[in-house]
Amino acid sequence: MSLLNVTDLDVRFALRQGEVRALRNVSFSLDRGERLGIVGESGAGKSVAAFSLLNLIAKPGFIAGGSIRFDGQELNGMSERCLRKIRGNRISMIFQDPMMTLNPVLSIGEQMVECLKAHRRISSREARTIALHKLQQVQIPSPETRLDQYPHELSGGMRQRIIIAIALLLDPDIIIADEPTTALDVTIQAEIMALLLELCEKHNVGLILITHDLGVVSQVTQRMLVMYAGRVIEEGPTREIINDPQHPYTQGLMNALPQMATPGERLNQIPGSMPSLSKLPSGCAFHPRCGFVKRADGQPRRACHDVIPDFVESGNCRVACHMVAEMLNGEPSLAKEETP
Amino acid sequence: MIAFLTKRLMHAILVMFVISVLAFAIQGNLGDPIQQMVGQSVPESEREALRERFGLNDPFHTQYLRFAANALQGDFGFSYFYREPALDVIARHLPATLELVFGATLIIVLLSVPIGVYSAIKPRSPISRFFMGVSIIGISVPVFLTAIVLIQIFSIGMTVSLFPQDTAWGSWLNGFLSTEGGMPSFGRGQDLTHMVGYWDSNLFTLGGLRHLALPSIALASIMLPLFIRLIRAEMQEVLQSEYVKFARAKGISLRRIYFVHALKNTLLPVITVGGVQIGTMVAYTILTETVFQWPGMGLMFIDAINRADIPLIVAYLMIVGVIFVVTNTLVDLVYGMVNPTVKLTGKPA
Repeated sequence: MSLLNVTDLDVRFALRQGEVRALRNVSFSLDRGERLGIVGESGAGKSVAAFSLLNLIAKPGFIAGGSIRFDGQELNGMSERCLRKIRGNRISMIFQDPMMTLNPVLSIGEQMVECLKAHRRISSREARTIALHKLQQVQIPSPETRLDQYPHELSGGMRQRIIIAIALLLDPDIIIADEPTTALDVTIQAEIMALLLELCEKHNVGLILITHDLGVVSQVTQRMLVMYAGRVIEEGPTREIINDPQHPYTQGLMNALPQMATPGERLNQIPGSMPSLSKLPSGCAFHPRCGFVKRADGQPRRACHDVIPDFVESGNCRVACHMVAEMLNGEPSLAKEETP
Repeated sequence: MIAFLTKRLMHAILVMFVISVLAFAIQGNLGDPIQQMVGQSVPESEREALRERFGLNDPFHTQYLRFAANALQGDFGFSYFYREPALDVIARHLPATLELVFGATLIIVLLSVPIGVYSAIKPRSPISRFFMGVSIIGISVPVFLTAIVLIQIFSIGMTVSLFPQDTAWGSWLNGFLSTEGGMPSFGRGQDLTHMVGYWDSNLFTLGGLRHLALPSIALASIMLPLFIRLIRAEMQEVLQSEYVKFARAKGISLRRIYFVHALKNTLLPVITVGGVQIGTMVAYTILTETVFQWPGMGLMFIDAINRADIPLIVAYLMIVGVIFVVTNTLVDLVYGMVNPTVKLTGKPA
């Protein structure tokens, strides 16, 4: 049994024009100290997945079903009171934009101390000592002065270091990092990522890294999920997926990397764009953009249009694709769920 | 800090100069002061002599400089009606107005923050909807109407017989909606506490507070809805922010998120608007004081206009200008203290 087990997570948004399903049948697990990457285009549901783990999705979003088991407890349906004891304490988060994440009118020290005091019965002085220690761990110069400074007095990279320090304050089991380096200067990105990796390894903290940077995923994580239109479409050891992507979408992502293009020619891209969640195509949501909806002999593969693909095992990976299933088994895989 | 104050002082001087020119310029347009002083029966030759003596025939800038030089020494001339220095007349009326504004401000602060915060946190609750509805009415109804309605309900009292008196619920409702009246609605009353100089206070006796109640409520009625809506809108925006989400992800209690993380950020723009509104409220006292015959500056000003008491009008405008400048400076100081991203310097931002 892993530390975190997410099964068939189903998240919906109750909009005026009806319910939109932001996540469907998302399942994954995370072992203690393991690092998992979640990749996909914008709008694939990566952040929704991250926020729904701690039930932090904003209204009108809600968890419609599924199970989130963490260390023997079920988080889906848990009371706000009990969830609060887990948030920031056993599972903490790092947000995307360090310029927006810290409260502008509270000092760094206050924002660190309040977090400690929310979870432990300790004096302000003890809390300050712990905060200072964590600031040293994230290699902030002159941490003592930082405690009394306000966010606007610090640079973006510095603020993200402080947010990492806050995430580590209570020695959590898991850190969920939602695109932690996207908003940073390119030169700072590598530094912050290296720091995060180092601290997670050192303290044996599990990491769920949400990003669209495949380079970062391959350097940092051991396993990865590829998401498309609210579903997981490929899952497995990072190395295997990066070296030999099975799903046409993952292959497209790899090909789109600038390194994959021939110098002097146009960059590769996946034609079209991610469908709106309220108007998902029938069958496999990727089929309108997929180059494999026709078989090698030119015959269309009906299943791609009609049936949502189920996972098939391919080596150590799981892939949700009719084409892959056909190559492996000689017949298309049928989903549990029919097309709506 | 010193640099900031120096800069603000220079601004203040400039503002006061402009106000004084405008205030002084209306002198020539409010009728003939000699007429007001001596009446109808004095012959034209004597009027001309008086005009010459008071320097009314001098060119505008000469008259203005003379006025400004006197004003700088605290001499705004003699009130024609009261036959005493205009500044003394104002000083006598100022405390009543300031106490009225204080009462209204107190009501606004005590009510707008909790109601605004509540309706931001629970925008769909019936209580929030009720307050939002009432606040629209509050904004739309002018002060003098609110004041008259208040007098009818709480001062005169009213007997409601809308509901059938022979049923239990009807007679209960009639009784519930009927009021005894009896709240004072005229002037400041007799229970005043003498403080210093011209300052007699309403604030320290029950009778005094009873007299202050209705005028304060009437004056507050126009600003209170504005502040409730402002606080609600700001708070709702702040609650959407990333740092509030992050605070939730840290496991901070909702109470602390609302009242420490969100409220502090909410109040920053409210302080700015509030400061300006306090100045505006001094001006609104004209209406409130007229309805309640509250013997403050506003009522004095209306009387002065009716009597074409020009020195008093000019002095009033100058004093109101000073109040605006002072409150705005204070607000900037407070804002600088509350908002860590603002540093008070003499340099332009």
